[in-house]
Amino acid sequence: MSEQTKNVPVLEADHLGISFGGLKAVSDFNMTLGKNELVGLIGPNGAGKTTVFNLLTGVYAPTEGLLTINGVPAHGKNTDQIVRMGVARTFQNIRLFKNLTVLDNVLVACSLSMHYSMLEAAFRLPRYWKEEKKARSKAMELLKVFHLEDCADWKADNLPYGKQRKLEIARAMATNPSLLLLDEPAAGMNPTETQELMDTIRLLREKFDITILLIEHDMNLVLGICEKIYVLDYGKLIACGDPQTVINDPKVITAYLGAEEEGGETK
Amino acid sequence: MTKKTAFSYGINLLAVLILFFVLLLLNQQGIVNKYVLGIMTLICINIILAVSLNVTTGCLGQIALGHAGFMSAGAYTAAIFTQAGVIPGVGGYFAGLLLGGLVAAIIGIIIGLPALRLRGDYLAIITLAFGEIIRVIIENMTITGGAQGLKGIKKLSAMGVSLFGMNEDFSAFAIVFFLMVISVVVMYTMMVSRHGRAILAIREDDIASEAAGVNNTYYRTLAFTISAFFAGIAGGMYAHYIGILGAKSFDFNKSIEILITVVLGGLGSFTGSVVSAIALTSLPELLRQFSDYRMLVYSIVLILVMIFKPSGLMGTKEFSLTRLFGGRKNKSSQKGSDTQ
Ligand SMILES: Nc1ncnc2c1ncn2[C@@H]1O[C@H](COP(=O)(O)OP(=O)(O)OP(=O)(O)O)[C@@H](O)[C@H]1O
Ligand SMILES: [Mg+2]
Repeated sequence: MSEQTKNVPVLEADHLGISFGGLKAVSDFNMTLGKNELVGLIGPNGAGKTTVFNLLTGVYAPTEGLLTINGVPAHGKNTDQIVRMGVARTFQNIRLFKNLTVLDNVLVACSLSMHYSMLEAAFRLPRYWKEEKKARSKAMELLKVFHLEDCADWKADNLPYGKQRKLEIARAMATNPSLLLLDEPAAGMNPTETQELMDTIRLLREKFDITILLIEHDMNLVLGICEKIYVLDYGKLIACGDPQTVINDPKVITAYLGAEEEGGETK
Repeated sequence: MTKKTAFSYGINLLAVLILFFVLLLLNQQGIVNKYVLGIMTLICINIILAVSLNVTTGCLGQIALGHAGFMSAGAYTAAIFTQAGVIPGVGGYFAGLLLGGLVAAIIGIIIGLPALRLRGDYLAIITLAFGEIIRVIIENMTITGGAQGLKGIKKLSAMGVSLFGMNEDFSAFAIVFFLMVISVVVMYTMMVSRHGRAILAIREDDIASEAAGVNNTYYRTLAFTISAFFAGIAGGMYAHYIGILGAKSFDFNKSIEILITVVLGGLGSFTGSVVSAIALTSLPELLRQFSDYRMLVYSIVLILVMIFKPSGLMGTKEFSLTRLFGGRKNKSSQKGSDTQ
């Protein structure tokens, strides 16, 4: 990133909203993410958190509001265009290319930074070899960050659950994002795995200088690493700010945290 | 290119050459006669058809039911082109094939784009309709010879090519053989690339592929267009082998036949398609007296395969000579990963 883009927010959502038929799943959603921030998005089940991710990544076109990514208008863009603009994501229910190898899963996402044509590939011209080699070493580097380098040749489907989650993040990182969206990255993980994940998330932010927005039910993780929290309830933001203020907000306690008392640590 | 890749490319090239020279030898001994050469020519054509359909159905994961339609587009285009005599001799043959492939590819883009923009199995429906429509069009145009068909197409074996002193029939077969090899290799190398990986990713999960930066519509259309292009080439080769074209030979049954070949070989496995095309082309010739029951046998075999080995003969795996001789386990047989 150049100096001048430093002050431009990585993401700006301005009164973003979407309705499915009569149901307003998300409305009046405002969010500004600065460079290198680590932010949490929490809320009860069905609050619309995943829908917000879908809005931010062009899976759904917003029915109202504006979206700006790195200073460029992005509403109405397709998912792959948004990826090109620097936003990558993972999914709540892991979505890997199950029958491809671990390495290939990452290589698919490296394609954006590869430059050879179909014909160069068909006739195996020098640029194919050069670019493939470059992409492969980049992908292996990424796999190393997630301790997946030894499983590079495995079919993704054969990875244990925790590693599948990691691979999905590795794949997202391969698109060179400036903003990474993680949808419940710790879901289904045990406390040790969650701890490891927290370290990885911190490391990603440092090493790749990216902004991270994550959805998570595990309040230990959220409070442990997020500097700012947004709370969503019935599709509306009910609170936003630094973690201590947010968790002591009576509205947040009634809508979410109160009900989470026991559930919090098992998640 | 690493040593391992060079070795793998080398051993495959060697195998192809050995096969070719064995056939040449057998031809000179009179064992592989004109009749056998004919069957082998059909085998080569059917290999291209099966492998090309496999790009759409196996790699992209979309069922297409009009492959014979693309074949006919290529066949008629190539035949009409050589009959016009713009470029004489074998040069015209190659130009005709290329033109046939291009026409088929353009039709592929036109009919593929609207169906492939959407998520779901719209391609099956639109290709089914296309296969029928193109047949009706061909039957009603004068340039294609209408319902009588197109006659008097110059056969490749009658074009007076004699390569390295081989006889005309074998020279014609040699051309078809190497065209087949080149087509299969090119489709393979196209699929083992960033483009191919994108296509496989769409098959695996089209929501995740988009999130990984893949432009789904573009790559779906690309895969389908590659399929159509090579089906067109195969059509052109067929026209100049058989010498006479009738729209009936490119009906729904032909499309299904190609699809069965692909499914039997294994969706996504090119070597599976090759083996399956060889078997399904030669078996009916060997069992001539049962030819009336061919479709019946196909159906039964298909049902049995679906019950006992739904992934087809090879699954998505490739048969690898490197693995056979190199002893070392190949990194992955899945298209999309290359042994650099
Ligand atoms: N495509 C859709 N069509 C109709 N309704 C939808 C669609 N997507 C989401 N919704 C609705 O929007 C609401 C918010 O769903 P969403 O998945 O965003 O919740 P969430 O906050 O991610 O919940 P969870 O914590 O369970 O993942 C739900 O009521 C859901 O039924
Ligand atoms: Mg959700």
